[in-house]
Amino acid sequence: MSQQEKLQQIFRDVFDDPSIELEPSMTADDIAEWDSLSHVRLMLEVSKAFGVRFSASEVSSLTNVGDLEALIAAKGGA
Amino acid sequence: MQTNIFETLDWLPDAPEDFRQRCKSLAEDANASGREVSALANAKLDNNKLRVLGGVIAKLIANGRTLHPLSPFKLGILGTGTTDLLLPPVVASAARHGVALEAIAGHYESALQDALDSGSVINTARPDAVLVALDHRSLPITAVPGEPELADRIVEDCAQIYAAICGAVRQHGGAFCILQTLASPPEAIFGSLDRSVPGTLEWIIGRVNDRIIDLAQRDGNVLFDVARLAATVGTANWFSPQEWNVAKLAFSYGYVPLYADRLGGLLGALRGKSRKCLILDLDNTMWGGVIGDDGMAGINMRQGDATGEAHLTLQQAALELHKRGILLAVSSKNTDEVAREPFRSHPEMLVREKHIVAFQANWRDKASNIAAIAQELNIGLDSLVFMDDNPVERDQIRQALPQVLVPELSSDPSDYARRMLATNAFEAVAFLQEDKARSESYKANAQRLALKSDAINMEDYLASLEMEIHFDPFDETGRSRIAQLINKSNQYNLTTRRYTESEVAQLEEDSRAFTLQVRLKDKFGDNGMISVVICRAEGDDVWQIDTWLMSCRVLGRQVEHMVLQELLHHARAAGVRRLVGEWRPSGRNDMVRDHYAKLGFTADGEGSEGSTRWTLSTDHEAPRPRMTVIRSGVSV
Repeated sequence: MSQQEKLQQIFRDVFDDPSIELEPSMTADDIAEWDSLSHVRLMLEVSKAFGVRFSASEVSSLTNVGDLEALIAAKGGA
Repeated sequence: MQTNIFETLDWLPDAPEDFRQRCKSLAEDANASGREVSALANAKLDNNKLRVLGGVIAKLIANGRTLHPLSPFKLGILGTGTTDLLLPPVVASAARHGVALEAIAGHYESALQDALDSGSVINTARPDAVLVALDHRSLPITAVPGEPELADRIVEDCAQIYAAICGAVRQHGGAFCILQTLASPPEAIFGSLDRSVPGTLEWIIGRVNDRIIDLAQRDGNVLFDVARLAATVGTANWFSPQEWNVAKLAFSYGYVPLYADRLGGLLGALRGKSRKCLILDLDNTMWGGVIGDDGMAGINMRQGDATGEAHLTLQQAALELHKRGILLAVSSKNTDEVAREPFRSHPEMLVREKHIVAFQANWRDKASNIAAIAQELNIGLDSLVFMDDNPVERDQIRQALPQVLVPELSSDPSDYARRMLATNAFEAVAFLQEDKARSESYKANAQRLALKSDAINMEDYLASLEMEIHFDPFDETGRSRIAQLINKSNQYNLTTRRYTESEVAQLEEDSRAFTLQVRLKDKFGDNGMISVVICRAEGDDVWQIDTWLMSCRVLGRQVEHMVLQELLHHARAAGVRRLVGEWRPSGRNDMVRDHYAKLGFTADGEGSEGSTRWTLSTDHEAPRPRMTVIRSGVSV
């Protein structure tokens, strides 16, 4: 499974929506369930699945899916 | 690696592939029942799945579904940090333990205010209980090493907060409290000395926990030992600095499924849903090897042998459960005698026959046997836990009897005991003296029924009971019990004529009356006096049966046939030619409408108020039931 597919599956599970198709430009506005609380859940699931850790500032500075993908890649997540 | 089984709830079977779809259709099902909800809950669910199911359950409850047979429970939660993430998993996990939970979270970091304010969301919800899920960061705790007076004051302040919360939610919300102990974070300032220097965080938390434990034993409060839970998985895992900083999660999100399952188990225990009986498979579960193939010398429960000791550990755990009142039973595909042999004479076997309340060793399918055990013990299938090393058997039971809890086992018996206990199936909120004795009372009843189900036919079954029936005329010794039976028996009572104790005493001397008091013993013990008969002479050769009653405890034991034999014997000896019986309907004795017909009497007309008359020649020959007769103390 590619990083993109893996991330997409996490999004689908966390937001309980199997129709989610990730785009780098996607933001919290594009997913109804994506609020501050589910953002925390998302980050925890991503961190578990990719074996990476995010600092508090990283968690709050992300603006879209592309940022998240870049951050995972930068941390060497697999 | 070993904490893994707790983190992933590894004793539960995998969730079905179509879990989400099933949750969705459940949410839309107008007839959704608690059974389907528990079926979905009884799987290894991660946070996301728990969230989906918890959401569905919350919706069903909000729409007014009762979700029978789950028991409703309303829980307020006062917590540290972000508790919202806990709610859906806790709701879903409660269903796993038989509870339809409605959970209400208080405001962020406002436990005391939510408790004290009669108009708070917690108090106005009128919860059954309030969970006080605080950790050290929500309490006025600061480390004051080497300042014992200050340290004592901190402990006292914390204790007062807990007491205030308990008092307030009782007063304003009518609820009791479930009090969490505080886990101690792994950061040590001195090192080992943290434990003994007054005022360290470790020292303060230890003392506050003592106070919490004390408070939890009062006023109907209940303890939720989170400190133990954190220790079980390791406090370095439990406390995640990142998750606290980023999201104010009091403990790591990864342990939410475990925490929710433990809390669910506690709520289940509060609703009487804890399991009562552990059913064990034998070969490769209770011992290593196969008794039918390997024989007594070949099966392995040897001290000093890794496999043998692993099986002994399970036996030990089973015995410890037995000591606290959990029933132990056996279900094994084996020949009964062969399966019992190790329990009787294997020198290393820890569990013996006396510990087992129901023993089902035969070649029938296990689902039938387990259903039979539930029936024998007269407990529900949802009271049972079944342990079997064979995945096929486990699967069969889960399919056939979904109410039975069947822990997943690995191929390594080393952790069978741990997995069994990790299910939290036997959670208790109190421990009473009666609990210890429970096993014995079930056992006597169970043995009776066990015999019945095994016996090839009724006659053999009755013979196997080794019944001894005692006939005596009325006497002073039996008088008060006779009077009691005459005045209390309703169902197996032909005429429902009531006599006072002094009237009973007069019958002892009445030459025109023939009386019988009947006692029954069997291999399980003495049933005491179970039947009373009074006949009155009519003319020279007729006995009118004035009273015939029997205790329903001995129904189906052919006691009435034996009593008739005895009556005929005495009647003939007295020169009586005919017995006349009567059934007088009382509204409660329909059970004996055909009593005389079954005994071979001939109908002889009807009397007033629907009563019927019956007659029998004393020449009548009836087959004699297989029991020993003791007439006035002498065997005949």
